[in-house]
Amino acid sequence: MNPPRILYCHCAYAQVVPKEVKEAVLKKLSESGLAFEAVPDLCEMSARQDPALRRLAEAGAIKIAACYPRAVKWLFAGAKSALPIDGAEIINMRTLSAEAVTAALFDPQAHPNLPADKTASSESLVPKETRA
Amino acid sequence: MSLTDQASLRVVLYEGDGVQPLAAEERFATLSSLLEKGFAITRVTGERKVAPNDGAELLVLGRFDQGARPAGASVDGQVPIHFHDLSNSTAGETAIAAETLRAQIHAHRTGEWKPWFPVIDYDRCTNCMQCLSFCLFGVYGVDQAQQIQVQNHDSCKTNCPACSRVCPEAAIMFPKYKSGPINGDAVSSDDLQREKMKIDISALLGGDIYQMLRDRSERAKSRFSKERDSEKALKERQKCLVQLAQAGDIPPEVLMALPSREEIEEKARAAKAKAQQALAMQP
Repeated sequence: MNPPRILYCHCAYAQVVPKEVKEAVLKKLSESGLAFEAVPDLCEMSARQDPALRRLAEAGAIKIAACYPRAVKWLFAGAKSALPIDGAEIINMRTLSAEAVTAALFDPQAHPNLPADKTASSESLVPKETRA
Repeated sequence: MSLTDQASLRVVLYEGDGVQPLAAEERFATLSSLLEKGFAITRVTGERKVAPNDGAELLVLGRFDQGARPAGASVDGQVPIHFHDLSNSTAGETAIAAETLRAQIHAHRTGEWKPWFPVIDYDRCTNCMQCLSFCLFGVYGVDQAQQIQVQNHDSCKTNCPACSRVCPEAAIMFPKYKSGPINGDAVSSDDLQREKMKIDISALLGGDIYQMLRDRSERAKSRFSKERDSEKALKERQKCLVQLAQAGDIPPEVLMALPSREEIEEKARAAKAKAQQALAMQP
């Protein structure tokens, strides 16, 4: 089984992720021998419905160093690229230390933590094209 | 051109088989400069493909001085690939090379617009259309199934979270906002109570928000005509808006940029009609 892919968001256009956390995480990724994806800003990609989001969402298990899981879930869904509920782990650089973020990123096991979808009875509200 | 119509350029940092990898510091410097310039980067190691095809043109970076350039076939041969040799290139020079290519192929530039827009949590949204009827800037619309959606991301006013405050379910997020639950943090029962209190900003302000704006505009107009002093009028206008800005955490520049009284009325009418129509068509 392939290890989870790694995606790092640089949140380049706002100061909401502490700079020292972003830099330390990127540095640790750079020092690792791992393949990964680094994007300047997931929000911007979501607004443009960047096809790269679909590629990332459809490639199986993924660990994403970004911000809050609820926000990341709906940024992907908003780009018609829903993340797999059982295969995406979001690691929050707004609240965690750089050490905690890198420990989670480098853990070969994925720990999916997207907020659960609505119950089936009310699921019809979710636009069809955003579902996985 | 809409945001979704623009071409993309993706950078691949190729350190796969047959190519000498960069030193860690060099890799960090290269990645940092490219991210700051708004490039998405895929770092490739081992035997992996250069990068799966997602339609973006590719700029492949690597130490190709030993003739170990990866084959174009590794991305299915479906998108143009450009190569840049890192053997004699600093991080700054690499970023300039990427920017030059981006301009040549007319790929979108990032950073020209701060990506500030509402993100709807459909696990919470009840499709009540309050956001649609509230927003004066045409950010929201409905799809064919009358489902609320964000349609014009770049019409949203930077740093203004006002629509998230009228949402009774705390279903509207602005991921770059300072605090929760608007920033995407989990919604607590306390938040919901607080959000319920904010259902109608006008209630917070003790009246209809549009009426308040109309009154303010009328007062300003009358003062302006009497005083003929635009600077004084502007100062007064700013003073009047402080309370409004504080109550809704609306940036003063957003309020200052509101259109004329007639336009506000027209836009509010149109938004309300759109929302009512969508609600009427719901099953």
